[in-house]
Amino acid sequence: MTILLATIPASLVLGGLGLAAFLWSLRRGQYRDLEGDAARILFQDEDRPRADPPADPKG
Amino acid sequence: MSLAEPLPRASGAAPGQPEWSTPGACCPTGAAVGFARTGGLARFVSDAGEGLKRLDLLVPGVHCAACIQRIEEALPKTPGLRSARVNLSLRRVSATYDPARAEPEDVVEALSRLGYPARPFDARAMHDAERDGEGRDLLARLAVAGFAAMNVMLLSVAVWSGATDATRDLLHWVSALIALPATAFAGVPFFRSALGVLRHGHVNMDVPISLALILAVGVSLFEVTESGTHAYFDAAVSLCFFLLLGRVLDHGARRHARLAAAELGGLQAHSATVVGEGGLRRVVAVEDLRPGDRIEVAAGERAPADGRVIEGASDLDRSMITGESRPEPAAIGAEIHAGVLNLSAPLLVEATATGDDTALAGIARMIQAAEGARTRYVDWALRAAKLYVPIVHLAAAVTFAGWLLAGLDLRDAVLIAAAVLIITCPCALGLAAPAVHAAAGGRLFRAGIFLKDGAALERLADVDVAVFDKTGTLTTGEPTLVEAPEAPALWSAARALAQVSRHPFSKALAAAAEARGLPAAPATALKEVPGCGVEGEIDGRPARLGRADWCGAEAAADAGSAVWLRLGDEAPVRFGFEDPLRPDAAATVAALQARGLEVRLISGDAEAAVARAAAEAGIARWRAGATPADKVAALEALAAEGRTVLMVGDGINDAPALAAAAASISPASAADVSRAAAGMALAGSRLNPVVVALDVARAAKARVFENFAFAALYNACAVPLAAFGFVTPLIAALAMSGSSIVVTLNALRMRRAGRAAEAAGEALGAPPATGGPA
Repeated sequence: MTILLATIPASLVLGGLGLAAFLWSLRRGQYRDLEGDAARILFQDEDRPRADPPADPKG
Repeated sequence: MSLAEPLPRASGAAPGQPEWSTPGACCPTGAAVGFARTGGLARFVSDAGEGLKRLDLLVPGVHCAACIQRIEEALPKTPGLRSARVNLSLRRVSATYDPARAEPEDVVEALSRLGYPARPFDARAMHDAERDGEGRDLLARLAVAGFAAMNVMLLSVAVWSGATDATRDLLHWVSALIALPATAFAGVPFFRSALGVLRHGHVNMDVPISLALILAVGVSLFEVTESGTHAYFDAAVSLCFFLLLGRVLDHGARRHARLAAAELGGLQAHSATVVGEGGLRRVVAVEDLRPGDRIEVAAGERAPADGRVIEGASDLDRSMITGESRPEPAAIGAEIHAGVLNLSAPLLVEATATGDDTALAGIARMIQAAEGARTRYVDWALRAAKLYVPIVHLAAAVTFAGWLLAGLDLRDAVLIAAAVLIITCPCALGLAAPAVHAAAGGRLFRAGIFLKDGAALERLADVDVAVFDKTGTLTTGEPTLVEAPEAPALWSAARALAQVSRHPFSKALAAAAEARGLPAAPATALKEVPGCGVEGEIDGRPARLGRADWCGAEAAADAGSAVWLRLGDEAPVRFGFEDPLRPDAAATVAALQARGLEVRLISGDAEAAVARAAAEAGIARWRAGATPADKVAALEALAAEGRTVLMVGDGINDAPALAAAAASISPASAADVSRAAAGMALAGSRLNPVVVALDVARAAKARVFENFAFAALYNACAVPLAAFGFVTPLIAALAMSGSSIVVTLNALRMRRAGRAAEAAGEALGAPPATGGPA
C-alpha cells in the first residue's frame, strides 16, 4: 500500500491546480460577460485580453 | 461566419426566442436615432483615474458581435472620448472620456449617432449587484467544497471497499486534513446565518445545517483519533457542496431579479428646459426644478413638474395619470401634472409643485405604503424550514436520550444522534425551492417575461382574481380609425392636413391613409391650431380637420373620439376613432377564466369606453372612473374577502394598485413607475405571456411541493434507520446525493411548463408589434 503515498499527493496536487486555476479566473472577473466573450472570438483583428475598467481594479 | 451576418442567437424569430431580440433586423442600421436631451448626466459620472471620467450607460440595443465591434471602434474615435467597453450579458457600455475635452452628453450622442439609444443608470446604486462580491464568494466556496468532496469521496470509496487497520487510519487522516479546512471555509455562509438568527432567538434552516456539519466533522475526528470505523468526512463536504449549489442558484436568481428591478426602476436622468430671464434656455435635471420656474414643454414631451400653463395652447394626453384615453385641449391657465404628455404644440408652464410635492410623488408614496403588504409574505422555503427544524432537532434529541436510557455508552449515543442529524440534513430541502426558481426564471425569460422579484412567482401561483386596467393594458393605448368616408378625395385631403400634426388622431389618420395607398392632396398655408385642429387650403378652398364645433359639425356625445373634415362649404364628414383591444386580449381573458380566475376590469376612463372594452374582452365585472386610490381600495377589499389578486396595469395611476396586489404584471409600454412597482414586466406587445406566467408559476409551485413531499418521504424513511443505528457513512453518502439529484432533476421539468399556453398564443397569430420576420 506504499503506492498510496505517491498517488494520494499526486491526485491532491492535480486537483488543487484545477481549483487554483478556477479561483484565479474567478478573481480576474473572467465570468462577468460570458455572452460578450462568446461573441468576441469572432473578431479577426488584434486579440487583446480583457481590459478591466480602471476604477474597478479587482474586477 | 462573417461579422456582417447576425449570430444565431441574435437572429431571433425562431420559436422560443424572445421577440424583443429582433427589432426589425439584427442590429441598428447605423441610422441615427433620436436622442432625448438628458440633463443632469453629471450625477452618473465616476472617476476613472489619470484625469479621466467614466460613464456607464444602459444600451438595450446591443446584442451581437457586430454591435460590440461597432461601438468599441467608433466611440474612441469621437473627440474627447478615450475608450469604450461593451458588456453584452448586461447590455452595458462603460466609456471613459477626457472631461477637459468632452461632456458626458457627448457619449450618449455618439452612441445615438451609431443608432443605439442609451440611458444612464446609477452605477453606484447598482455597484454591489454588478460587482457581485457575494456571488463570487459563494462560487469560490462551492469550488473548494467540490474539490474536497471529490477527493474525500475517492478516499472513502477505498475505506468502504474494505481497507483496514493502518491503511484505513491513513485514509481517514488524509480525509480529515482535507475536510477540516474545507468545511471551515465552505461552511461559513451557513455558520454566519445560523449565528445571526440564534442571536435573535429564532431558528432557520441553517441551524440544523451548521449543527450537522460541526457534528459530522467533530464526531469523525474523535472516531479517527480512536481508530474507529465511522467517519463522516465525505458526508460533511458533500453536504457543503450540495447546499452551496442551492445557495448559488438562489443567489443567481435574486441577482437577476435585482438587476432587472434596478434597470426598470426609472433611474433615468429626466431633464427639463427652464426659460430664464431674457428667454435664455437651459437644461436642468428634474431634481433641480423649483416652484416658480418657467418650464418649456415641447410637443411630444412629458411635463416634468406640476404647474399652470402661462403661454401657448395644446392638447394633453393624461392617460398615464388618469387612465382617460381621450386627449383634451389645454389653454392658458390649465392645470398640468408631472407625467402628462404634451401632444401638439409647445407650452410654457410655471411650476407650482416640484419633486416630492407633485401629484406624481404622491402616487410614489402610495406605492411605498402599499408595498408593506408584500413584505409580510413568507416564502415557501421558509415555511418548510419552520416545520422541519423543530422535528429534526426533536428526533435527534429523542434518539440520543433513548439510547442513553437503553444503556448505550455516551460515545455511541452521540454517534447515532449525529447520524440522525447528518442524514436528515436538508440537502434536498435546501435545493428544492432554489432549483425550481432558477429553472422557472429562465423559462419566463425565454417567454419574454422579466421576473423582478423571486417571491412574485410564488404569489402568482396562488392568485384567483385577475384585475386588468383598460387604457394601454387591455387596449393598445393608441387610437385606430374605425369610421371614415369612402371618397378618395376626402381621404387625400384629410391626409394632407393630418400629416402636419402630432396629435394621435392625426397620426392614426395619416397612417390609415398611407395603408390605403391614397396620396396627400397638394395643400398650402397649413397651420395647426392647438386644441382645435389643422387648417389649410386645398384646391383654393379652405379646409379644416379637427374638433366637431371648430369644423361646424354638431358635437355629439362622443366628441372626443372623432375628428371632422370640412372642405369649403361642404358638410363636415366624420372620422371616428377607437382605442382597440390588443389582438389577444379577449383570448387572454378567456384563457385566464378557463384556468379558474375571475377577471375584472377597473379603469380611470369614462364609463362608455370601459363598458365597450369589457364587453369586447368578455369581462363581466367592470368599474369606470376609478382614481389611483379607488383602485388600491378595490384591491384591498378583494384581499379582505380572502382573495389573492393579480393586477395587470401600465399607467402611473395603476402603480399603487400594482404595488398593493399580491402579484402584478405590467406590459412593455408601461410607465417606468409602474414597471418598477410590478413584480413582473412583459416584453413585446402581447398579453398572452400573462397566461404563460401563470402556468409557469403554477407548475413551479407543483414542482416545489413535489420536492418538499419527496424530502419528507425521504426523511420518513431515513430517520428511523438512523435512529436505530443502521446508518453507515456509505448509506448516508448514497442517500444524500441521491435525494439531491432527484430534486434537481424534478426542477428541470420546469423547462416544459407553459408551452401549451405559449403555443395557443402563437396559434392565435397575434403578430409581435416589435416587428421582425416571424
